[in-house]
Amino acid sequence: MLTDLTIHELAERFKLGDATPTQAAREYLDRIAALDPKVKAYLTVTGDAALAGAAEADARFKSGTPLGPLDGVPLGVKDVFCTRGVRTTCGSKILDGFVPPYDATVVARLVRAGAVILGKLNMDEFAMGSSTENSAYFTTRNPWDLSRVPGGSSGGSAAAVAADLAAATLGTDTGGSIRQPAAFCGNVGLKPTYGRVSRFGLVAFASSLDQVGPFAKDVLDAALMLQAIAGHDPLDSTSAAIPVPDYAAELSRGVQGLRVGIPAEYFIEGLDAEVEAAVRAAIETLKGLGAKTESVSLPHTEYGLAAYYLIAPAECSSNLARYDGVKYGLRAPGARDLIDMYSRTRGAGFGAEVKRRVMLGTYALSAGYHDAYYGKAQRVRTLIQRDFQKAFERVDVIVAPTTPTVAFKMGEKEDPLSMYLNDVFTIPVNLAGLPGLSVPAGFTKAGLPIGLQLIGKAFDEATLLRTAKAYEAATTWRERKPGLAA
Amino acid sequence: MSGAYDVVIGLEVHAQLLTRTKMFCGCSTVFGAPPNTQTCPICQGMPGTLPVINRRAVEFGIKTSLAIDCTVNADNRFARKHYYYPDMPKNYQISQYEEPLAEHGHLDIEVDGAARRIGIERLHLEEDVGKLIHEGSLETAQSSRVDFNRAGVPLMEIVSKPDIRTSEEAGAYLRGLRAIVVYLGVCDGNMEEGSMRCDANISLKRAGATPLGTKVEVKNMNSFRNVQHALEYEIKRQGRALDAGERIVQETRLWDPDKGQTVSMRSKEFAHDYRYFPEPDLPPLNVEARWVEAVRATLPELPAARRVRFMRAHALTAYDADLLTGSRALADYFEAAVAQCGTPKAVANWILNELLRELPGDDERAVADCAVSPGNLAGLITLIEDGTISGKIAKDVFEKMYRSGEDARTIVSREGLTQVADAGALGAVVDGVLAEHAKVALDYKAGKRAALGFLVGQVMKATAGKASPGVVNSLLAEKLSKL
Repeated sequence: MLTDLTIHELAERFKLGDATPTQAAREYLDRIAALDPKVKAYLTVTGDAALAGAAEADARFKSGTPLGPLDGVPLGVKDVFCTRGVRTTCGSKILDGFVPPYDATVVARLVRAGAVILGKLNMDEFAMGSSTENSAYFTTRNPWDLSRVPGGSSGGSAAAVAADLAAATLGTDTGGSIRQPAAFCGNVGLKPTYGRVSRFGLVAFASSLDQVGPFAKDVLDAALMLQAIAGHDPLDSTSAAIPVPDYAAELSRGVQGLRVGIPAEYFIEGLDAEVEAAVRAAIETLKGLGAKTESVSLPHTEYGLAAYYLIAPAECSSNLARYDGVKYGLRAPGARDLIDMYSRTRGAGFGAEVKRRVMLGTYALSAGYHDAYYGKAQRVRTLIQRDFQKAFERVDVIVAPTTPTVAFKMGEKEDPLSMYLNDVFTIPVNLAGLPGLSVPAGFTKAGLPIGLQLIGKAFDEATLLRTAKAYEAATTWRERKPGLAA
Repeated sequence: MSGAYDVVIGLEVHAQLLTRTKMFCGCSTVFGAPPNTQTCPICQGMPGTLPVINRRAVEFGIKTSLAIDCTVNADNRFARKHYYYPDMPKNYQISQYEEPLAEHGHLDIEVDGAARRIGIERLHLEEDVGKLIHEGSLETAQSSRVDFNRAGVPLMEIVSKPDIRTSEEAGAYLRGLRAIVVYLGVCDGNMEEGSMRCDANISLKRAGATPLGTKVEVKNMNSFRNVQHALEYEIKRQGRALDAGERIVQETRLWDPDKGQTVSMRSKEFAHDYRYFPEPDLPPLNVEARWVEAVRATLPELPAARRVRFMRAHALTAYDADLLTGSRALADYFEAAVAQCGTPKAVANWILNELLRELPGDDERAVADCAVSPGNLAGLITLIEDGTISGKIAKDVFEKMYRSGEDARTIVSREGLTQVADAGALGAVVDGVLAEHAKVALDYKAGKRAALGFLVGQVMKATAGKASPGVVNSLLAEKLSKL
């Protein structure tokens, strides 16, 4: 089955003529038709466009002029990315029926690289959540256990890769929304450095934290995906004009002599014993491969969650102000006047979690509270950045659990705070703007995936990928697949 | 009440910048296109779009900052200002708050010969909003449409210190600021079309007292005259209220030019908490000293300097120099004409008395496109100076020039308006007039000097105005003395 294959395996088949992009696209579309009713990863499947794109790729391979490693490869993208002519909901009712007249830069770059876009993937509304239970449409299931969540907010993107419903996908990570679902679904998830990848066309949640990254079946695929989307974009002033290295070329350098930091603050009460055991075992594996470990301290870690839940809501209250019923998306009927139109539209269009954060953020920015909340949170953010700077004076990469637990049951976390705590290990990385990667590091006895988080220096995704690659090569976790077809 | 209170006025001026494209996207800024034809996903605030700073707008801001002696901040930032209104696509405006482009400047003004320095608090950049088109009046409209063509057009806001004391000073400050932005070519300065807008903060305090009174914000004044009238109205209104022992309510009032009064806006609706925070989609804007100096090198001669030069080099009065330098086009016009005919006083008189009768001097384009070119005005003046035509005829010629665009010499020769200065030809006319009005001639001889004017007039009449007044005068004097 072509759907089993990684991007680089698929590319090899295309090149040898053993398979065509159209065959791959058809297999994926068939599999989506058969299995997605169970997994519920896709909000929108763009079958016709995918087959048209695959046919073009067929022609390029036939004429011996493929565009590169992504040519003809079937991918999916989180519904947070604007796609020209294709409904973009962001998991929200307020954008129901919104069809953007433009592509997000990352989508345009994938398409330019020849990729075939299968469709748009489910997510927590406006990327706010850790389970996809906040999607206004439906909850995506974890392919390893359909009664469990896939994580979030990019749950659809993670589940699609785990269930072989796409060769790889794009997601976004504001507080862990790539790494946490990657850990829950057992795939490689990479959140690049803030500024590494363009945010243009990514529907904003928290602009100073949002970053685009890939979900992949293995580390090489993640490198190939990052290669395609990374680099300065004149349309995003926060994207960095820093050269992009050849990620795949650096992958096999190994970890001999690599200095690996282990932060005590990430091995705390609440960390599941099986997760901790897997992470400690992974550290031993890295040591066995020649890495040198040492303890580092990130003393302000415990304030990360609180700072995040002021900064992210503050920015979201601003970013989501534009959804007012005037220009696009939902406009609730029956308004008496302007204010009534705003209230009805936003009342009907936003879900509970979005409303909670809009209110929280509005409050945090209000006159009289601004400095005590938003201002203080920004100062904490600076302290967390300094923690990492200091640690990275001594080590090349930091290793930690991605999440305190493995995938939880749907409906299990009704209290918002217990849901928020799921992101306690991923949030500081966003606050510091650093790259983070989750790589499969084993399974619990119940057969649920565990993620190992690697945190790197700014713009040093190459070291993360190289470390993950060395670990992946020394383990066999990748060979296991969720038993879905049955 | 006069004298009982000190007036404290601060002005906030918004000037639309004459950049080709908008503040944060590549859309055109041209005025008057059909609704929503000059928009893109960015200036419509569509999901996922991001702003990119227009460097030309920043350059215009720096230019203006230097002209009003502001310090340009090396590190400045954009911030989001939040409030809901349908003409604002994102429901926040990208503006500058804590770290504006420039601060601490001043503008020198002169009112009734007294010079004053008005402090300038800050100059910052921001984006304009769209326009609502209501179906009917605002109160009764059943629906409204939104035109986003203007949304995202670059604006520069210049905030004065509360240093202004009278409505005349406010007028002088605005005229001075307008002249500067127009000279710099960064704004067309048109208040009626809204490319320059002014809001005023005004309060009264007991004469000599330190604590400031409660301030009132006045909006909707779309001309210099309206600003002065609104401020005069407010000074009276607040003075009367204070005299009566009332408290001034802090509020926003709208100037109603038809009624000639300010009207309170419901204060609740406009009690905003803007919830400013740094715009996360834009990195801090670093304005390097090198950039500032490069812009400084492009500064033209500014109105104040030009005014002084006009007075010194062309011996103009302060009043004339002030009017001529009030607009760059007018000052350019003056200099171009003087360069050709060499008579500054005459050129100034013709511009101020005749040209400005035909067109508004503050309309840069009208002056630049004027049918009477500076060269043609100089030609007309030369014809007067060399005695070819009389000053009186010249006014008729000017009118014809203004209507046809022809030069003076063409009109004069076609219509035979050349002044008659030939003593022989005029001698006969003078003899005729003296014969016809012998009694008047005798009155003159008897000492009634005013009679001479009458006789000159009769000669002019007989020659259809073409007689040279100088020659007529000397001929009359000569012939009267012989009587």
